[in-house]
Amino acid sequence: MKSNPSPQADAVEPQDERIQKVSFWKKALSRPEFGALAGTVLVLAFFIVASSGTGMFTPAGILNFLEVAAQLGIIATAASLLMIGGEFDLSIGSMIGLAGILIAIPAVEYGWPLWAAILLAFCCAALVGWINGNLVNRTGLPSFIVTLGFLFILRGLAIGVSRLLTGRTQVGGVHDHIPGDWFATLFSGEVATGLFAWMASQGWIATNFAGNPVVTGIPVSIVWWLALTALATWVLLCTPYGNWIFASGGDANAARNSGVPVHRVKISLFMFTAFSATIFACLQVMDTGSADTIRGLLKELEAIIAVVIGGALLTGGYGSAIGAALGALIFGLVQMGIFYTGVNTDWFQVFLGAMLLVAVLFNNFMRKKAMEAK
Amino acid sequence: MSERMPMIEMRNVSKHFGSVIALSDISMEVYSGEVMCLLGDNGAGKSTLIKTLSGVHQPTHGELLLGGEATRFKSPAYALDAGIATVFQDLAMIPLMSITRNFFMGREPTVGWGPMKRIDWKYADRIAKQEMAKIGIDVRDPSQPVGTLSGGERQCVAIARAVYFGAKVLILDEPTSALGVKQASVVLRYIAKARADGLAVIFITHNVHHAFPVADAFTLLARGGSLGTFRKEETTREEVLNMMAGGAELESLDAELAEFQRSDSERKADADGSEASGTRLAAGQ
Repeated sequence: MKSNPSPQADAVEPQDERIQKVSFWKKALSRPEFGALAGTVLVLAFFIVASSGTGMFTPAGILNFLEVAAQLGIIATAASLLMIGGEFDLSIGSMIGLAGILIAIPAVEYGWPLWAAILLAFCCAALVGWINGNLVNRTGLPSFIVTLGFLFILRGLAIGVSRLLTGRTQVGGVHDHIPGDWFATLFSGEVATGLFAWMASQGWIATNFAGNPVVTGIPVSIVWWLALTALATWVLLCTPYGNWIFASGGDANAARNSGVPVHRVKISLFMFTAFSATIFACLQVMDTGSADTIRGLLKELEAIIAVVIGGALLTGGYGSAIGAALGALIFGLVQMGIFYTGVNTDWFQVFLGAMLLVAVLFNNFMRKKAMEAK
Repeated sequence: MSERMPMIEMRNVSKHFGSVIALSDISMEVYSGEVMCLLGDNGAGKSTLIKTLSGVHQPTHGELLLGGEATRFKSPAYALDAGIATVFQDLAMIPLMSITRNFFMGREPTVGWGPMKRIDWKYADRIAKQEMAKIGIDVRDPSQPVGTLSGGERQCVAIARAVYFGAKVLILDEPTSALGVKQASVVLRYIAKARADGLAVIFITHNVHHAFPVADAFTLLARGGSLGTFRKEETTREEVLNMMAGGAELESLDAELAEFQRSDSERKADADGSEASGTRLAAGQ
């Protein structure tokens, strides 16, 4: 197609000359997580100024909002993969409630070891995800409808089963079962406690009257969050399976014609969101020592908000797990920040909704830009 | 082993969807190094035919022979493995994904082992760029979204991908129908190149001006049946065009157009002649 006949003219057409036109900024702008990163910086800057002197940015305060972000981030990671794969899961929140009950009742009421109860919850989650995925694949119905059905089915099951077996909708006393159960300790307590104790002994971090550090370690939920985000990012960017996720969400038909096993990809993604809800439930049950059937209410929507703020398109095929993590971080920052700055917490939801709208508008704008960037 | 062994052959293939007979008793042979042009009006069965060839549908009756051996494709993936690549009208390209991601979609090159198995992006980018350069499209950055390419370039990515992955039979579903003149010529040139490389090409089109320069033979479909296969030497552009649209219909269209023209000029003459067209209309009522 090179119509230029002169070899000299060919030689004067170096690759670099055109590559330079794509500036660093343009490259950064075309990343899906750019908006979320900008938002995080803005929100962070705002609260650093607004909450100065309130202790929000002491180690304890930081861990506070990170923990809020981590809990949401765990389900948002899975939700982001699913949304990039072109589907929704509205049953995440109900799955959290059900998984909590499935862990607590066998352990507390029937004397199962905790690891067995947790395993049961994960098996049920796998089943729920599998059913969700298969229903969406087989019927061709929007996942919105299918999982909306499961939002109610799972919540109802959680309430029904626990009332049937225990006569209550809350089950407590899980804490007594944690010590000595290696599987349960994966979901409870803190890590790097030794490091924090050492830092306290060196006088680098604040200590209480007994000489113990105020912050004794990093909550395990934060570790789960970072690990899952790293895993999801690796999968999306570096593995064939990640490419299949993008393809399935971008155009399922085209993907199938190119030999991508779209159905298997979607089923596995639905299973992963149910899994993430169960991880969330494990962390919560181990932390509070109890399960409650109404846990996880509206979490599915919060996860979607985090994912969308993170730059994913609702229509699928575009997004990032890092973006979802940043979305969750913004969520945690705002929720705790409003608390620290003393603003009436009623305003949190107003902010959240506005943030969502701004993010969607921004994403649409950026997608158009990305398509123009020729 | 003979020269005249068809690369792909359909023998008396029929396809029924319930009570609808979409294809009836189609026989067609395509040789390697040849372009077979599939012509037919809307609803003639072109799409069903290529979907049968590419494994989307299974024939109700009859058989498919690939390199002389009877085969049956359970899904598009089986047909792909057998070397039959189809470039569908909707391209099987995902606009928001990069050229490289699209190029290797479903067949990503990997390095590493076990959980560290990952896509070899360096290699993938290099191959994508190189394959695109082969067809004369100089890709600045293979990580740019496919959506930034023009229609003709996208079509070429799809074809280049099929060729790169070892297609022996290339099925192109109206690759030029949505393209401008210049872009269409890029695609046509590439079809000619694929033929020169020894591929068997099945080229579906409406446009006889696109079909005629590259085709070696034409198969005509009408209402699910085949009207026969014609070698290019045996026919002319006008004949093909006539057969394609149903010559009689085109002739009557010509007559109708001439009629319009005549009545137009008459009316014009009338309007010029009368004092005011408004009064004439009123009088008419």
